[in-house]
Amino acid sequence: MMDFLGRKRKSANKAKERLKLVLIHDRTDLPPGMMEDLRDELIEVISRHIAVDRDQVRIQVTQDGRDQHLVAEIPLKPAKARGR
Amino acid sequence: MSARRTSSNSSNPAGGGKVITITSGKGGVGKTTATANIGAALAAEGYKVCCIDGDIGLRNLDVVMGLENRIVYDLVDVIEGRCKLRQAMIRDKRLPELYLIPAAQTRDKSAISPSDMVRLCDELRAEVDYIIVDSPAGIERGFRNAIAPADEVVIITNPEVSAVRDADRIIGLVEAEQKGPAKLVLNRLNASMVKRGDMLAPEDVLELLAIQLIGLVPEDENVIVSSNSGSPIVLDEKSRAGQAFRNVAKRLTGQEVPFISMDADDGFLSRLGKMMGRGG
Repeated sequence: MMDFLGRKRKSANKAKERLKLVLIHDRTDLPPGMMEDLRDELIEVISRHIAVDRDQVRIQVTQDGRDQHLVAEIPLKPAKARGR
Repeated sequence: MSARRTSSNSSNPAGGGKVITITSGKGGVGKTTATANIGAALAAEGYKVCCIDGDIGLRNLDVVMGLENRIVYDLVDVIEGRCKLRQAMIRDKRLPELYLIPAAQTRDKSAISPSDMVRLCDELRAEVDYIIVDSPAGIERGFRNAIAPADEVVIITNPEVSAVRDADRIIGLVEAEQKGPAKLVLNRLNASMVKRGDMLAPEDVLELLAIQLIGLVPEDENVIVSSNSGSPIVLDEKSRAGQAFRNVAKRLTGQEVPFISMDADDGFLSRLGKMMGRGG
């Protein structure tokens, strides 16, 4: 990854990426391992009502200033593939 | 008697002087140095200032300010009524509008409560323009005591993962106590390390913490030299760290001061300028 002057960023970039993730979990009191559970449970609940493409489900916490948002991207299966 | 210029920048409901608490979460990032220098810089600007060492049991602001030999009474003496407020205010001889209330050395943080600090600072507001409280490290009683009277909270951090993480935690706690938004001073910035990509740049830290920056202080050997002799570095006209702390003090009084360049050919400060414009 390059910075705005086109220089290669080294350990500072690692620090920033690691901090981004750590801060999300610190701020939300959401342990990193909990995201997997949350993902599985969400899929289960939504699947009761509509068919979802399980492998493509993405759940992440994004940052907007000091606010955190839980963003879920849940692709639905096309009607014809729903069987029956 | 006082060289008071204005009290109009005080946002505190109690009126009079403004309480600014300096805190960090992590220890050793430069809180005490920042307190001594912001206090001295405000006094040099003509304001009447009282610094309070909030680190009961680990007294340090006195030696950094060079006032350790003049202590008679301390913070706990005032709170427990063994002396009058004025008796515990040690007057700095270099800057006659600068005072220190030292911490007690033989007690611990439980000797005072947040409401004691609020009462003491409310009494002090009538005497001075600015009260600068040096918070102890951590998030326990000493920190609670230090932020309880604050009209404004300044977070000191270093461009380093543990310091930034702790700063973020403290920013959250300050918000939760309705003392936010806190302002940030990034201390011990090493421009050549930033340039070669081995130190978080100011813009990285600002993006992560998302609060207003009011100071960029370069790493400077003179900080240690000045603390060795107990003379605030803001009194050293040539020191870059001294200049940076003078700018922090000016920004705290509401003056608009451009960020000083860390390096002759750097580009990040111009970019930072744009970020600041957006962030206020």
